[in-house]
Amino acid sequence: MGFFLEVLIGGLLTGVLYSLVALGFVLIFKASGVFNFAQGAMVLMAGLALVQLIEPTYIGLWHFVGIGALVAAVAGLLILRVVRGGTLAAAKGDWRAKLPALVGVGAGLVGGLLALAGGAKGWPLWLAIPAAIAVMVAVAWVVERWVLRPLVNQEGIILFMATLGITFFIDGFSQTLFGSNVYPLNIGLSKDPVFLLENVFEGGILVNQLDISGAIIAGVLVAGLAVFFQKTRIGRALRAVADDHAAAQSVGIPLNWIWFIVWSVAGIVALVAAIVWGSKLGIQFSLTFLALKALPVLILGGFTSVPGAIVGGLLIGAGEKVAEVYFPVVTKFAFGTAMPGGIEYWFAYVLALVFLLFRPQGLFGERIIERV
Amino acid sequence: MFYREAGQFKVTYSADMAIFPIAQDRIAVLAIVAGAFLLMPFVATEYFLNSIMVPTLILALAAIGLNILVGYCGQVSLGSGAFMAIGAYAAYSFAIRVPELPLLVSILLGGVVSAMVGIAFGIPSLRIKGFYLAVATLAAQFFFDWLFARVGWFTNYTPSGSVNAPRLDVFGWTVNTPVEKYLFVLAVVCVLALLAKNLVRGHVGRQWMAIRDMDIAAEIIGIRPMYAKLSAFAVSSFFVGVAGALWAFVHLGSWEPLAFSIDRSFQLLFAVIIGGLGSILGCFLGAAFMWILPIFLDIALPPLGELVGWKMDKATVSHFSFMIFGGLIVFFLIVEPHGLARLWSLLKEKLRLWPFPY
Repeated sequence: MGFFLEVLIGGLLTGVLYSLVALGFVLIFKASGVFNFAQGAMVLMAGLALVQLIEPTYIGLWHFVGIGALVAAVAGLLILRVVRGGTLAAAKGDWRAKLPALVGVGAGLVGGLLALAGGAKGWPLWLAIPAAIAVMVAVAWVVERWVLRPLVNQEGIILFMATLGITFFIDGFSQTLFGSNVYPLNIGLSKDPVFLLENVFEGGILVNQLDISGAIIAGVLVAGLAVFFQKTRIGRALRAVADDHAAAQSVGIPLNWIWFIVWSVAGIVALVAAIVWGSKLGIQFSLTFLALKALPVLILGGFTSVPGAIVGGLLIGAGEKVAEVYFPVVTKFAFGTAMPGGIEYWFAYVLALVFLLFRPQGLFGERIIERV
Repeated sequence: MFYREAGQFKVTYSADMAIFPIAQDRIAVLAIVAGAFLLMPFVATEYFLNSIMVPTLILALAAIGLNILVGYCGQVSLGSGAFMAIGAYAAYSFAIRVPELPLLVSILLGGVVSAMVGIAFGIPSLRIKGFYLAVATLAAQFFFDWLFARVGWFTNYTPSGSVNAPRLDVFGWTVNTPVEKYLFVLAVVCVLALLAKNLVRGHVGRQWMAIRDMDIAAEIIGIRPMYAKLSAFAVSSFFVGVAGALWAFVHLGSWEPLAFSIDRSFQLLFAVIIGGLGSILGCFLGAAFMWILPIFLDIALPPLGELVGWKMDKATVSHFSFMIFGGLIVFFLIVEPHGLARLWSLLKEKLRLWPFPY
């Protein structure tokens, strides 16, 4: 019993981390109807950017200068956007129309100079995390401006293939820029295992502290997102866009801006996932496969449901760990020969497939009503 | 001037319904096929045949299979790599366990097994649609990856998990040299492509397209969705399975499950989309694009890097070519979301008026 609980709890905690990746998918699918395969690549990119800013092992001074410039430019543009109130568009020829370009370039220059003065020493955490966020915001801008906007009104599958292209691009780009080894990420989360419930079971239950802190971080993130979606003006706009693009646009919600925000938020979620997974496994290319692990979570929970992503993650995480441990035992009992292990690899998918046969829209997905 | 159909009168229904109703098209296609059979073996180098023509043709065959499912029937599948693997391993099993069977028959039987598995994995498509279905087909991909890697029976208990193809013996003709391999693959691909073209033009193909365009409406006018969808899955998996068997036996020679990983599925899907959904010609164009571009980038990038004074090591070259590849795919999707086949038909429209557009 103690062993079973240990497996179960370990699985649940891993499941929390799956839902962290699935969350990024759900956000983007809700707001723009894009099935974003690039979420895994975004996790890799955020992680690589962060780890190289904290402990530069691969990148040189000029990378720092570039990132400093980028960060400052993004920050400057965001501040400008907030100060000007968002939707004000200056007439062509007016000097204010050039303001964003001026602010971007100016802030970028200042940031670059500051980074040059600082040198390639590695930045403290409080600076590196906002910098990594700025990198992800820049990615969101590029994606929105150069991929989504030209592809507006295309079919879902075309957009999906475009995000596959983005995946290739980000994978290649981030590894060219930040190196492609395995980098340990240490931001002070303890990795020591602890024993719980020692007075209930003999020997207690072994749980990794890192998984617990990961779960706490995920909980905080979800709570933050819930508040953001329910209570803020932008959150309300996001929900409106998710509900109906055309209607939202007709009441004056700028779609492009909303997409940019949602991709930025997904980038931040990717950064959080990178921090948690990176502390566990190190930042490496295999983080991109997380995207594949998050897919069954998604279909189990429903593409459009944030709680679905959480519950789905828990179910998949717990289910696959328990199945992995007990599958050889059960098959030995049933067929007389133990089947080989490693079923973690496909169990989640088959579970999700069987589940879909009974509930085609997932656990919490919206019911699909079809008309001719 | 040369590409005009004026004066070509169709006086029978069969002439009107021909695959290539325009005489110039007929001549061009015949010339291309004749050139591929008669001219290519004499002019092409072994490298070109072995590492460009053979894989491109096989990938095109697999892309035709996937296109039947995605482009004609509208059911997105991310599991085509698994069906290639099923075709390959089933053909291997037939070839070594029933050695009396001619090789061509084992390859086709590989396709048949793949078709049966395809029907089984197509059943969810009756209930689920769109991206839910796409993700569900990933289940096939991961399950079969695992099955062929872990269960020894499929690899005939080879300790390394890698499998060697049996001798390629087609009715007494031993396929050994690159030229022979090329001709063999070309013959199979030509026959199957013709079959596919006729399938999609006919009764079955129209049912698929009706289902793709709107399945409820199709059901109302009397098309059985179960029959149409499952037949699309079966035919598609048959083509993909035969392609997988060819890929393993002729192109690779010895292979591991990794040869049919999810990357292969994505490659095929890209080939279909870049070539053009719902076009047989597009499959060939897309497969050529997907196969040749990475090879080209691998060769062309290092000297280009030298030009700007950047010494790239092997890892950087591969990352950089990834990047360019992804960028190009996005670019293609933006410029022509209907694929290369669409570009070709636009070109044909222009050609009809050229050089006097008024």
